[in-house]
Amino acid sequence: MAFELETAAHPENLKRVAIDPVSRVEGHGKVTLLLDDDNRVHQVRLHIVEFRGFERFIQGRPYWEAPVMVQRLCGICPVSHHLAASKAMDMIVGARTLTPTAEKLRRLMHYGQILQSHALHFFHLSSPDLLFGFDSDVATRNIVGVAAANPELAKKGILLRKFGQEVIRMTAGKRVHGTGSVPGGVNKSLTREERDALLKDIYPMMAWSREAIALIRKLFEDNLARYRDFGRFRAHGMCLVRADGAMDLYHGGLRARAADGATLFDHFDYSRYWDVIFEDVKPWSYMKFPFLRALGSDDGWYRVGPLTRVTHCDFIPTPLADRERQEFMAFDDGSAAGATLGYHWARMIEMLHAAESIKDLLHDDDLLGDDLVTRGERGTRGVGVIEAPRGTLIHHYRVNEDDQIIRANLIVSTTHNNQAMNEAIRQVARQYLDGRELTEGLLNHIEVAIRAFDPCLSCATHALGQMPLEVTLEDAEGTVIDRMLRDARGVCSAT
Amino acid sequence: MSETQTFSLDGEDVPFAPGQTVMQAAQAAGRWIPHLCWHPDFEAHGSCKLCTVRANGRLVAACTVAAQPGMAVENRTPDLDGRRQTLLQMLFVEGNHFCPSCEKSGNCLLQATAYEMGMMTPHFDMFYPDRPVDASHPETLLDFNRCILCALCVRASRDADGKNVFALSGRGIRSHLIVNHESGRLADTDFAATDRAANICPVGVILPKRRGFAVPIGRRKYDPAPASVVDVVPVKHEEEAR
Ligand code: SF4
Ligand code: FES
Ligand code: NI
Repeated sequence: MAFELETAAHPENLKRVAIDPVSRVEGHGKVTLLLDDDNRVHQVRLHIVEFRGFERFIQGRPYWEAPVMVQRLCGICPVSHHLAASKAMDMIVGARTLTPTAEKLRRLMHYGQILQSHALHFFHLSSPDLLFGFDSDVATRNIVGVAAANPELAKKGILLRKFGQEVIRMTAGKRVHGTGSVPGGVNKSLTREERDALLKDIYPMMAWSREAIALIRKLFEDNLARYRDFGRFRAHGMCLVRADGAMDLYHGGLRARAADGATLFDHFDYSRYWDVIFEDVKPWSYMKFPFLRALGSDDGWYRVGPLTRVTHCDFIPTPLADRERQEFMAFDDGSAAGATLGYHWARMIEMLHAAESIKDLLHDDDLLGDDLVTRGERGTRGVGVIEAPRGTLIHHYRVNEDDQIIRANLIVSTTHNNQAMNEAIRQVARQYLDGRELTEGLLNHIEVAIRAFDPCLSCATHALGQMPLEVTLEDAEGTVIDRMLRDARGVCSAT
Repeated sequence: MSETQTFSLDGEDVPFAPGQTVMQAAQAAGRWIPHLCWHPDFEAHGSCKLCTVRANGRLVAACTVAAQPGMAVENRTPDLDGRRQTLLQMLFVEGNHFCPSCEKSGNCLLQATAYEMGMMTPHFDMFYPDRPVDASHPETLLDFNRCILCALCVRASRDADGKNVFALSGRGIRSHLIVNHESGRLADTDFAATDRAANICPVGVILPKRRGFAVPIGRRKYDPAPASVVDVVPVKHEEEAR
């Protein structure tokens, strides 16, 4: 079975539109549309040129280097890679349980990462679309425009992000490319002064997270039909959950639910993830398409990330975020909980959960402890899974007797969401583009759908911040008919 | 008793004992001359040229030239530091030095010296040489990617350990460090992790296994102060880097 709009029946009669970022990094994303003379959409594809050279590059390297080296993989969530690799290497050094100090410091670091990444994703990269409209004036549809129209909001977004970065700096040693998490534990704890400095600022972070939730809720209320239906599609989902079913972004077992709510597997030991997930290859894309083995490659694709986590967990173990979860689930008979733009709402609930979790941890003196590292029986296979800001992140290594990594496999959230993002943009193309003259504003709808999942496909492509786009209109032979360029500041120019 | 003899280093008098090199006298006086291949415990090698100073107008290696009474030595001039920066940039592109994921970062003399010389980018095109790691020894890892051919390990193994585990081989751009055994593997030599040679490398080639990033950022050798402060009298690179 083929996916609808994945492959056009008669591509030779169609003209091609490519939304193509001008790439300054190794990987990049590109959207191609095939249209007929009446601008009817026949084919929509999101191509992500994923950079996987890393898996070869790390072969032969000593295992203890991986948690630091892998941070090069993503400009936005390096800490998620740092921690996923550390968790894999915990298995190599036989650290089955970390010391309370080590586990709590790693969690603190992770919640700091969630906070800073979610703030960046929502305020800097997505709020311009949401506040001004998807096809609003491109000159002001950016964070600078938000700062001019709503300086308070922009400021809170910036301070939330800064706070998350400060948590990372204190736990990892640096804001980027820190070294705090090591195989079997961590290399430093917090000093009392560091802890107190964070405590002093945490309460506004919780308050502002709640304001952000109220903002996205109001957007849903004011534009219900559009927010509910934009790029909407049904999908299975997968995430980690704690043993008691609670949301746990740092550790747990894998839970997958079908689109109809049926549980496909639960509390599955992630160190054998390949028993439940398989990676498919398609001729037109460099990026793999993972699917749930039980359902097969056609029906087994799934979503990961905030929307899945918030809707799949039985509860959120911090009270304010859990109350918000319940309201989100109940909103308009659950319609937001299945909406593509519901990702933003779920994301802000997670930001609140991260802030609450940081607050709780900061009241725990284990953060100041000095029992940092555990060791046990040496292993040869290490799998580390973590819920990164944009979704489930899998790191898998084999290490030889000489301590060298001989094989690595990474599945990043962007890859898990590959098919789901394709579905979202096909839906948007049907809803908004079909039969219409294309404009920058209309094409931006496609990006709005991608951005709900992943602002810049950063994990797969190493991008940082907003992706500049090149839009080309080509005929079926690939000859460029028209071309539009949009740089990183969002300024358009014809070329 | 004869009067103490002195030479001038960047305009300030530095005393020296007969037979001392400019480097030794400067170090004894607490004055820093940039260096990579020099170490107080070993015979000078004079190969890296980072210590190049201008003595009475001539360019000489401070680690090999004997101090002379009344000599006028220029050390930290923009011209000499500029030459040093170029030398460092060449070293960075000849090997595979990626500081952010190197466990020697913060303890590395090459990195610390590059910071001190204001080097911001490698400037030249990277060579990306293909140099495998020797992980055969149970306690020590050799990552040849970062070797700057200072020969300190060669001298330490030969002169302090009496073993001859390491050697430089090849000439010019092809010169490289080898392990002195027909198999080329460290595990097949009589090298021990307690050897002086195991703890002498100023960069991240000869490393104790499974230590990695155990020392947090903030507590590494060059975190509190730059090389020009940390590395003057008495120079104990390897101990402080532990
Ligand atoms: S291994 Fe280290 S000590 Fe030996 S020559 Fe290379 S850089 Fe110098
Ligand atoms: S330190 Fe003098 S030549 Fe290397
Ligand atoms: Ni990422």
